[in-house]
Amino acid sequence: MADPILTLSGITKTFPGVVALDKVSFDVRPGEVHALVGENGAGKSTLMKVLAGLYHPDAGEIIYQGQPVQIDNPLAAREKGILLIHQELSLSPELSVAENIYLGAWPTNALGVLNKRKLRRDAQAALDAMGCSFGPDDRVGTLSVAMQQMVEIARSQAFSANVVIFDEPTASLTDTEKDQLFTTIRGLQRQGVGIVYISHKMDEIFELTDRITVLRDGQVQGTVTTRETDATAVTRMMIGRTLEAYFHKADSTFGEEVLRVDGLSLQGQFEDVSFSVRQGEVLGFYGLVGAGRSEVVETLFGVRKADRGTLQWQGAEIPLPTPRQAIDLGMALVPESRKEQGLVLMMGGMENTTLPHLASYARSTVMDRGKERATFDEYKDALSIKTTGPDQPVSTLSGGNQQKFVLAKWLCAGPKLIILDEPTRGIDVGSKSAIHTLIAKLAEQGLAVIVISSEMPEVLGVSHRVLAMAEGRLVGEFEGDAMTEENLIDAVSHHLARPAAE
Amino acid sequence: MQTEMKAFLRRHGLLAGFGLFLISVALSADAFLTPGNIFDVLRQVSITGVMAVGVTFVVITGRLDLSVGSLLTLLTVIVVDQHNTSGPAMAILITLAAGIGVGMFNGVLVGLVGLNALIVTLAMLSFLQGLVLFYSGGSNVNVQNAQTTWFAVFGRHDLFGVPVPALIFLVTAVIAAFVLNRTIFGRQVFAVGGNETASRFSGIASRWTVFWAYALSGLTTAIAAVIMGSRVMGAQNTIGQGYELTVLAGVILGGTSLLGGSGSIWRTVLGITMLGFIQNGLLLLGFPYYVQWLVTWAVIILAVWIDLGAKRGRILA
Ligand SMILES: Nc1ncnc2c1ncn2[C@@H]1O[C@H](COP(=O)(O)OP(=O)(O)OP(=O)(O)O)[C@@H](O)[C@H]1O
Ligand SMILES: [Mg+2]
Repeated sequence: MADPILTLSGITKTFPGVVALDKVSFDVRPGEVHALVGENGAGKSTLMKVLAGLYHPDAGEIIYQGQPVQIDNPLAAREKGILLIHQELSLSPELSVAENIYLGAWPTNALGVLNKRKLRRDAQAALDAMGCSFGPDDRVGTLSVAMQQMVEIARSQAFSANVVIFDEPTASLTDTEKDQLFTTIRGLQRQGVGIVYISHKMDEIFELTDRITVLRDGQVQGTVTTRETDATAVTRMMIGRTLEAYFHKADSTFGEEVLRVDGLSLQGQFEDVSFSVRQGEVLGFYGLVGAGRSEVVETLFGVRKADRGTLQWQGAEIPLPTPRQAIDLGMALVPESRKEQGLVLMMGGMENTTLPHLASYARSTVMDRGKERATFDEYKDALSIKTTGPDQPVSTLSGGNQQKFVLAKWLCAGPKLIILDEPTRGIDVGSKSAIHTLIAKLAEQGLAVIVISSEMPEVLGVSHRVLAMAEGRLVGEFEGDAMTEENLIDAVSHHLARPAAE
Repeated sequence: MQTEMKAFLRRHGLLAGFGLFLISVALSADAFLTPGNIFDVLRQVSITGVMAVGVTFVVITGRLDLSVGSLLTLLTVIVVDQHNTSGPAMAILITLAAGIGVGMFNGVLVGLVGLNALIVTLAMLSFLQGLVLFYSGGSNVNVQNAQTTWFAVFGRHDLFGVPVPALIFLVTAVIAAFVLNRTIFGRQVFAVGGNETASRFSGIASRWTVFWAYALSGLTTAIAAVIMGSRVMGAQNTIGQGYELTVLAGVILGGTSLLGGSGSIWRTVLGITMLGFIQNGLLLLGFPYYVQWLVTWAVIILAVWIDLGAKRGRILA
């Protein structure tokens, strides 16, 4: 077996109030895919940021290609051949693909003037090696998330990377895009690149990886060979107990209709969308990324203005609301993107939680911090959020724990209808099943719930009824025994197969 | 250890530097730390200070207000002129209303319409300077009964041995700090500056939050104009020239980020006061008065530099 190309030993990193990494040892061999798994906040991203030169460890040693090294900053890491593909993409949307690939290392002539020709040529070569469909001059802002990710991965060719780290790369990819990504990863693997793969998705880990290292509370629980283990065993190492493998579907009696939507349309986004949802019901929205589901719910919530359509709330017709009115009616929207739409990153968890409901946490206009604190404590426990206190800026929380605060902020006011747009994106397996249980509990308490998800088993598992959406239109509705994977795929692909002229 | 040192310096470096400066000035200029001089500085600082308190709200929403310099001129001219025609009480009311009005006008353009704050308030700076000349016809105005009017209280008198303008500054700051830290509006100001999109998704009317921040900035400039008018008992057509930059320098010297979402009234108070002592210290050391412009420049560049460095995550180095 090949010697490790990279070995970390005894890495320790503390932040005020947390030991994020506690004497972690880890290695990567050339040509292997090594999974790094663990609960939200276990320290996965922190460990990789140490490798990429973003954080400096308090203690420990990094041995790279047989030599002890110190990695001072991201550029140094890249030049050594260590490349991190971030959990949240980190490209400059205003710059071209080529400029982004070489960001911070643009080729210049003797006078320090940018050598555009070389930049383009080198970038094109890197893109060709990856089989990308876009060119070096395209502006990154115009590319899809998957393509942007390819731009980041193209750096591996441009800098001849020996180690590439993927931090939850599939969180916002469609299945086809995911397959492309896996092909790319296997290609890197054949080139002898050592790959670290962080994910909360067990199926991906078992499909792709050779070894698995489990982190828990900043400590290594063990490293196992993927072929010799299974998901149950890995989950137990991660969270210390076994999980029930099935979804808990809400056992609720349906009540009054809460929301009815008729003929909702928004030019260029979606057409003629009609549906309704009752108390106690979980309504699923299935579709591929880009099908228009998020746009529909953002319109219901008033963040976008519809062109046409009517809304009935609890049986009475109402004008399309503003977000404030929607919240006051009792609607809640857990949006798709936690960093852009969900959280004020500089604020602490407590202030984020109460942000949509300031008036109910104030006496006349003065904030009641005691009351805010009580809610914070309640949801910190209920969702087991890992944070050092109410004022820890959410920017310093792990991705999954940020997502939990987005949930908390919408649950705490006791809504009548809650819309969850990809609620478990980036959430670890333990908390994921906790969220599924929570969805069921909410429905059983009589809330109407709408769940948008690109994960088929999730939509089917938690919903009573599923709507399929493709290219801005509802293309199918399934209930009871008709709720099967085949039917959903059929509905979506049928629509997509029809001639575009229609 | 080394990183801690760096973090400390980045956070408190300006303050530490200021401390050193104070000590060295005190050692070389005997007049510096006398009560008389300190009160002079406080008197001086209270005008920019009161203005900076309002501007802090605007800056935390992630915007700028550069119109406050000419606004101060206009409002000082108004308060003095109205004092002569309508009496002090009426003059003050009119001034406050005019200040809020101009602030709201900025607020409409920047907040509700969504125009660029820098351009809107810079244009307003020019517009108001023109308006001053229209209003005054180009001549300076003076309070006619300067020796007898109770209007003198705001700029010239002491209360419990402390200059009244310094007390006004203090009270304004206390109220503003309360509004910013403890009320719904304050929370909205931070939220909008921190992440406008997320604020909208949370049902906050971000455009109105910005609008009210500008209105507040107009109000505090009006209060400053009352102090100014009372202190000078007159108004030249250029009396507030350059104040917008001094105010801004004080705000960012205190550490309120120009990128929005963070900051505090007490930091602004500290920043403005530090700036006042620096300028006074330089005068006492025998530098000509115009070095204060150079100091303002240096402070702005330095503070913005440090702020950006921190934002880009270089704290890690
Ligand atoms: N800059 C920081 N300041 C303070 N605490 C931090 C900082 N970065 C990370 N942490 C803390 O370190 C711990 C580990 O975080 P990390 O991001 O590595 O988790 P993770 O395993 O990647 O989780 P997830 O699966 O949710 O992405 C968390 O408790 C987090 O709050
Ligand atoms: Mg992470």
